[in-house]
Amino acid sequence: MMTDVVAAPRPVYPRTIITTKRKAEPAAPFELKFTDADVKSLSAACKDPAWLARRRRAAWKLYHSIPMPRLNDEAWRRTDLRPFKWHEAELSALNASAGRRPVPTAFLKPLVGKEQGGQLAINGGKVESRHFDAALRRKGVVFTDFAAAAVKHEALVKKYMGKAVKADEGKFAAMAESLMDSGIFLYVPKNVEVALPLHSVLWASAQSQFTRVLVVLEEGASVTYVHELASPEGATAPTLHAGIVELVVGKNASLKFVELQSLGLNVWNFTHERAIAGAGAKLDWVFSAIGSHVTKNFSEIDLNGDGGWGRMSGFYFAEGDQHLDHDTQQNHNAPHTTSDLLFKGALRDQSRSVWQGMIYVAPGAQKADGYQANRNLVLSKSARADSIPGLEILADDVRCTHGATVGQLEEEHIFYLMSRGVPRPEAQKVVVDGFFDPIMQRIAFDGVIARLKKSIETKMARSGSGE
Amino acid sequence: MTSVLEIRNLHVSVADKPILKGVNLLVKQGEVHALMGPNGTGKSTLAYTLMGHPLYVVTGGQVIFKGVDLLELAPDERSRLGLFLAFQYPVAIPGVSVANFLRTALNARRRAANPADKGIPIPEFRKLLKAKMDMLQVSHDFAGRYLNDGFSGGEKKRAEILQMATLDPEIAVLDETDSGLDIDALRIVAEGVNKLAGPNMGALVITHYQRILNYIKPNVVHIMLGGQIVESGEADLALHLEERGYDWVREKYQEKAEA
Ligand SMILES: Nc1ncnc2c1ncn2[C@@H]1O[C@H](COP(=O)(O)OP(=O)(O)OP(=O)(O)O)[C@@H](O)[C@H]1O
Ligand SMILES: [Mg+2]
Repeated sequence: MMTDVVAAPRPVYPRTIITTKRKAEPAAPFELKFTDADVKSLSAACKDPAWLARRRRAAWKLYHSIPMPRLNDEAWRRTDLRPFKWHEAELSALNASAGRRPVPTAFLKPLVGKEQGGQLAINGGKVESRHFDAALRRKGVVFTDFAAAAVKHEALVKKYMGKAVKADEGKFAAMAESLMDSGIFLYVPKNVEVALPLHSVLWASAQSQFTRVLVVLEEGASVTYVHELASPEGATAPTLHAGIVELVVGKNASLKFVELQSLGLNVWNFTHERAIAGAGAKLDWVFSAIGSHVTKNFSEIDLNGDGGWGRMSGFYFAEGDQHLDHDTQQNHNAPHTTSDLLFKGALRDQSRSVWQGMIYVAPGAQKADGYQANRNLVLSKSARADSIPGLEILADDVRCTHGATVGQLEEEHIFYLMSRGVPRPEAQKVVVDGFFDPIMQRIAFDGVIARLKKSIETKMARSGSGE
Repeated sequence: MTSVLEIRNLHVSVADKPILKGVNLLVKQGEVHALMGPNGTGKSTLAYTLMGHPLYVVTGGQVIFKGVDLLELAPDERSRLGLFLAFQYPVAIPGVSVANFLRTALNARRRAANPADKGIPIPEFRKLLKAKMDMLQVSHDFAGRYLNDGFSGGEKKRAEILQMATLDPEIAVLDETDSGLDIDALRIVAEGVNKLAGPNMGALVITHYQRILNYIKPNVVHIMLGGQIVESGEADLALHLEERGYDWVREKYQEKAEA
């Protein structure tokens, strides 16, 4: 089905019916087991400066004041947290024994062009490799692990940490801030253009991981930054990742941010991500979700200054019993702001995706132009995609459009391709590739496209109850 | 050896409704056959059935192509054996460019012949596609466009012939390829078909108009009525139809027209 509504105050959209009969609550405690003393030890292990240790403790208090989300919380209606054994999660930073595998070299290849301005790989909280262009350093660009930044660039980190994502936004924001064991800090000073792309890899070890990415572009700065979050592919024991991503894009600054999630199929992944963009700022944000057992992402852009522009492009491909839930929000808080969101996903086996999007236009944000579309291709009978667009418009001179579709592979398309000699499995792959092409066009980085295409190929070729 | 497509007493139903009621036809490589007939008599049904569309159920008869029982093969195998269908209504495949699609189709042929084949080298493919596009006088930006997506009626037909020219079949069925083409395009497409037809390709040209037959000279003209081929004759049969319509055929084969 397809709905395209122009500036409609009350959109008509499919609502998923939730059965009211609830399963019995599990007997296991629905909470992490860590104590205040554990958090203190974590702080010590991460060599927190005093100010960061204080923030960690404050966030830990917050964490306890927020209950674990349940299915009757609006944002969590479609993602059930009960099957995860919360009390069994371990802090990898406190477990020296936690088996660490080196970061696979595939993740260390540049994805944008051949040369990079810098690359930083963090393995289970420890910096495994780093390279950073000396010329960029001289210009005042900072690209380092969060722990180092908290000490060496205290004033900057203090100033911006929490500007975009606050620990009190939700259980997992508080969790990520209080239990952080690794992270990245990128800072580009005023009017500095970083010509070569930067690349970071957060490689999660076999145990739970809590991460933070903080990117700050001062006025007129620009950079292309690729960030990867990944963990071993074959791992089976359920583990946890909670993360915060903050993007602060100053006046007239320009950020291209590519975020690739390739976690193992054992990981329960929760993130709070927000970009705040100033007047005339440009933000081009690409997401890809390939891995994880469960993902719940909150991704938002706040267009806070006149003429700000933000684009969000999402790619996901779910298989097996993967459950990928993306909650997006485009906030037009100033006049003449433009946002453009396109999320496209394919699903096979018994997998499930949820996309819930909202365009919000604040009072007085005249001439705002917002677009959101979510397209799903359901490849099997037992896969399911929920697609829920939403608009909330409090200004009168705006243009907002949205569309949501859930479709299947069309036999007429497959027949047409087969009539040219292409065998069925390949014909299906061609149609799926075609479905994703509009997203690839928006990504425009060859290495990233190749990576995503490879994941399509792998997932399509996987044997199983694909259809 | 000359490839032969032989249709013997073919019966086909769609949604349990009998459409083809005993079609007999023999097309050889190098021959051009025209197939004409009123709307809804089963011409496209024959074309789809030959290509193996799953909706068309064969209830009787045989189709032998190059000595092989065609009806046993999946559509992709039929294509790789040398059969081609230019669709009356080609579907759009969003996100798949003409060039990418054709390269996939060519590589599928190469890989079927030799599983170790690495695929056609890109420069060689570009050269081939360019030559075919020039032959059919289509602009080169065609290659980068999504297949049939937003194509005009005439562009779709040209894209079909471009595919035919690239895949180089032994027998091609052209289902109303002339409909929707402007006069110049018709001539260009017809010339293209003639270049391919020669000794290497046989063609079954389904059409409503004598016009295309001015360019593509048929060896035989067949008239289909009520799911059967009721008349076959020389090229002037088409002219005759153009002047007089189908009424005389209906009268002559009344019981079949009513069936
Ligand atoms: N997929 C289908 N579903 C239902 N009926 C069909 C289908 N395909 C063909 N038919 C029916 O079969 C009959 C023959 O159709 P067909 O398309 O073969 O005719 P045709 O001779 O090609 O006509 P035209 O000259 O209009 O193209 C028609 O009555 C048509 O409605
Ligand atoms: Mg027809």
